[in-house]
Amino acid sequence: MKTLTPIQKRRLRNFRNNRRGFWSLWLFLAIFGLTLVAELISNDKPLVISYQDTLYFPVVENVPEETFGGFLPTEADYRDPFIADEILANGWMLWPPIRFSYDTINYDLDVPSPAPPSTENWLGTDDQGRDVAARVIYGFRISVLFGLTLTIASCIVGVIVGAIQGFYGGKIDLVGQRFIEIWSGLPVLYLLIILSGIVQPNFWWLLGIMLMFSWMGLVDVVRAEFLRARNFEYVKAARALGLNNRKIMFRHILPNAMVATLTFLPFILTGAITALTSLDFLGFGLPSGSPSLGELIAQGKANLHAPWLGISAFISLSLMLTLLVFVGEAVRDAFDPRKNG
Amino acid sequence: MSELLEITNLSICFNQGQNAVDFLSLSLQQGETLALVGESGSGKSVTALSILRLLDERHASYPSGEIRYRGEDLLEAPEKRLRQVRGREISMIFQEPMTSLNPLHSVEKQISETLELHKGMRGPQARKRCLELLQLVGIENPENRLGAYPHQLSGGQKQRVMIAMALANEPTLLIADEPTTALDVTVQKQVLELLRDLQQKLGMAILLITHDLTIVRRYASRVAVMERGKLVEEQETAALFASPNHPYSRKLLDAEPPEAPLVQAKHDKPLLKVSNLDVRFTTHKGLFGKVKAYFHAVKRVSFKLSRGQTLGIVGESGSGKTTIGHALLKLTASTGSIELDGQELAGLDQNAFRPWRRRVQIVFQDPFGSLSPRMSVAEIVREGLEIHDTENREQHEQKVITALLDVGLDPEARHRYPHEFSGGQRQRIAIARALVLQPDLMILDEPTSALDRTVQKQVIELLRDIQARYGLSYIFISHDLAVVRALSHQLLVLRQGEIVEYGDAGEIFRAPAEQYTQELLEAAFFYQQKDATITTTI
Repeated sequence: MKTLTPIQKRRLRNFRNNRRGFWSLWLFLAIFGLTLVAELISNDKPLVISYQDTLYFPVVENVPEETFGGFLPTEADYRDPFIADEILANGWMLWPPIRFSYDTINYDLDVPSPAPPSTENWLGTDDQGRDVAARVIYGFRISVLFGLTLTIASCIVGVIVGAIQGFYGGKIDLVGQRFIEIWSGLPVLYLLIILSGIVQPNFWWLLGIMLMFSWMGLVDVVRAEFLRARNFEYVKAARALGLNNRKIMFRHILPNAMVATLTFLPFILTGAITALTSLDFLGFGLPSGSPSLGELIAQGKANLHAPWLGISAFISLSLMLTLLVFVGEAVRDAFDPRKNG
Repeated sequence: MSELLEITNLSICFNQGQNAVDFLSLSLQQGETLALVGESGSGKSVTALSILRLLDERHASYPSGEIRYRGEDLLEAPEKRLRQVRGREISMIFQEPMTSLNPLHSVEKQISETLELHKGMRGPQARKRCLELLQLVGIENPENRLGAYPHQLSGGQKQRVMIAMALANEPTLLIADEPTTALDVTVQKQVLELLRDLQQKLGMAILLITHDLTIVRRYASRVAVMERGKLVEEQETAALFASPNHPYSRKLLDAEPPEAPLVQAKHDKPLLKVSNLDVRFTTHKGLFGKVKAYFHAVKRVSFKLSRGQTLGIVGESGSGKTTIGHALLKLTASTGSIELDGQELAGLDQNAFRPWRRRVQIVFQDPFGSLSPRMSVAEIVREGLEIHDTENREQHEQKVITALLDVGLDPEARHRYPHEFSGGQRQRIAIARALVLQPDLMILDEPTSALDRTVQKQVIELLRDIQARYGLSYIFISHDLAVVRALSHQLLVLRQGEIVEYGDAGEIFRAPAEQYTQELLEAAFFYQQKDATITTTI
C-alpha cells in the first residue's frame, strides 16, 4: 500500500490552493462526464417506452417500427407523429431533455433554417435544420476525446523518443535532433490538404496524421531531463548494480521527466483541440455531417444573419479552452518547487 | 573592553515552526576570532545569516533577541542602513566558492562592484585597488587574473577572490561560513593561514563557522559550541580542548577517526590485480571523429589488493581517484588490465560484465543523490537482488532485513522513503544496498565526506566492523587522510592521474618518501601537531 510522499502531498496542496484551477478541473470533468453520456441527454429516441405493458429502451436496443403498429421492419422513427401517437395511446414515452441527436433534421420548423432559438431548439438550428444544442454537446465530446487521444499518443511517442535521445546521447541524439528539425519544418496543413484529397479523413486518419507532427513537442523537455539525470549518482548506482538500460530509464529516470511532461499536458490538450477545430473550420477535418465545433464556426461565418450559430460555438469553445488553461496553470503551480503551500 | 558584536537572547524560527535558533547569546570583540562550531542543522549558519539579516524574511522571523553591532540593533535597522553595513563593515564569505561567484562576470568586475557601491571608486582607481586586494589574498599574476572568469580559476583561487571581495572595504567583522569545507586539505590550510595573516594585518574580528573542531584549535581564540539551536558551551579554545564541560562538546572532540585499521589480516591471496590502467576523456574531436585532444585522467596505474584488505586512494580533487573507481566498474571506458580472482575483466562488454557486478559494488559520496527519491528503502536495497538472484520474494525480503541489520538500521525502516532519513542513515542504506549482494569488493567513493564528523566516525566504525565480519576488500577513495588512515592497509597517493607513492599504509603515514605525500600529510594533520605552540601565542 503506497501512501503519498510529502512531495506529492505538497503538490496536491499547491494544486488545491489554486482555487480557480481546482474548480475549473471539477467543472471540466463534470461537463465532460455529462457529454460522455450525450446519448441520454440529447437524442431523437426516447429513453424508455412503455407500449402495451412492455418496456423498451430504444437508446440501447433497435426496436423495429412493426412493434408499434407500423409497416416497416426498420428501426422506428419516434419523431414521426404516427408512431408517437400510437405509442402514447398504448403507454408512455420518456424523452431525454433535448429531443434531437446531432444529425436529426427538424422538418417541422416554422421558419426557414437556420432557425432562431425556441423552446424546441434551445440554441436554434443550423442551416440544415439540425439542433445546435445537440451538435454542441456531441461536438464538445468529440473534441475532447480527440484531444485526449492525441495528447496521450503524442506523449507516449514523445517521451520514448526523448528518453532514447537523452539517455544514449552522442550520435543517436545528434541524428534525432536533426531529424526533428527537418520534420518540424514540414508544412502540416499543406500535407493534410493533400492527404484529404487522397483519402476521406475520419477520426482515426486525422489522429494519425496529426500525431505524425505533434509528438515533437515533448521530446525536448524529456530529452533535457534524461541528459541531466543520466549522470545522477543513483542512476550510476543502478548501473553498478547491473540494471539494464531499459530498467534504468523507466524506473529511475522517467519519474523525473514525468514532472515536465505532466506540466505540459493540459497545454498540449488545448493545442490538439484547437488544431482539430481549425481543420474542421477549413473543411479538411472530420467527415461532413459529424458534430464538430469547427464546422459550427464555419456555419456561423457563412450565416452572419444567424448570430446564435457563431455565439454558441464561441461560448462552448472558449469555455472549454479557458477551463483547460486554468487547470494547466494549477498543474504548473503544483509542480513548482518554489511554491510552498 | 568594547564589544564589537553582541547577540543577546536571539531566537529565529521559520514558518512559525520550532525555533531554529533558541535564545542564543554571543559576543565578539574587536580583532578576535570566535569559532561557532556545531553539526549540520545546529543553527550556526542561520545565526551567521541573521547578523546581516540575509534570511528570507517571508519565512524567517525573530521572536526574541537583539543583534547589536557597535551598540546599534541590526534587527531594528531599516533596509537602507543594512545595505550600508553589508559588505562595508561586516562582510561574509560563503562555503561554496563554485556558486558564490557570478559566472558571467570577470574577477575585476566582481571585486570593483562592491568598491563602487560603498566607496564610489571607479575606473583606474578601482582597478588599482583590485590589484592590491588580489595581491593581498595571494593570487599569483594578479594583472593577468583581473580579466579571468570564475570557471578559469581553481576552487582555492575562487575562495581567495571571495575573500578579496569581502575585504575590499576593510570590514571590521568578517563572517566566514565554512570557508574551507569545499576545498582540498592543502588548499584549506592555505586559506585558513591567509585569513589569520589578514586578520593580523587588518585588525578585523572573524566569526568562523565550521563543523570541524580540528581546524578551530589553531585559528580561534574562543569557541562557542551549538547543538540544535542552543549554545551549549563557550570557552577559550585551549580550555575547551583541555576540558570540555558539556557532553556534546566532548562528543565532537572524540569524533576524530581512529588511527589504524581494525583487522591486520594477512591473507596474501590477491583478489584484484590492476595493471596499466589508463583513462582518457576526449575533449576535442576532428571532423571525421578522429580524436584530436584528450584529457588524460588516469595514467598507467597499477596496484594489487588482497582479500579482506583495504586499499586507500588519496589525492586532491582532479587527481583521478574517482575515475579509477568508475573504470573498475566499467562506468567509464578504460584500457589496461583488470583481473578479479584471476579472471580478466578488461575486455568484457556491458552484458558480459553484468554477472560480475554482483561481486564489485560501489558506495557513492553524496548520500542525498545516490538513493532514488521515489523508491522505498526496501525497493532500493532489493533492486540488485532482483537482477542477480533468482530466489523468491520472501527470501529477498529476508536478505534485505539482514542487510539493514548489518548496517545498524531498524528493519522496519525498509517501508520508508530516503528523504525521511538523515545523511548518516542514508549512507547506511547505500552500504546495505551494496552489501546485500554479498560482494567481494566494495568501492567506497568518499563515503564520509558529506557527513558530520561524529557521523563520519560511526560510518567508519561500521565499515571496519563489516570488513572484519565478512572479510570484504575495500577500495577507499578519499581526500581526507584522517579517514583513510582509519581503514587502509595499503595506500596509493595519486596526483594528476599518476601514482606518487604506493605501499603499506602504516609505513607511508609514518615516513612518507615523496615530498608531495609529506605536504598532504602536513596539511591534514598539522592541527594536532602544533597544538602546543598555539596555546602560547594566545
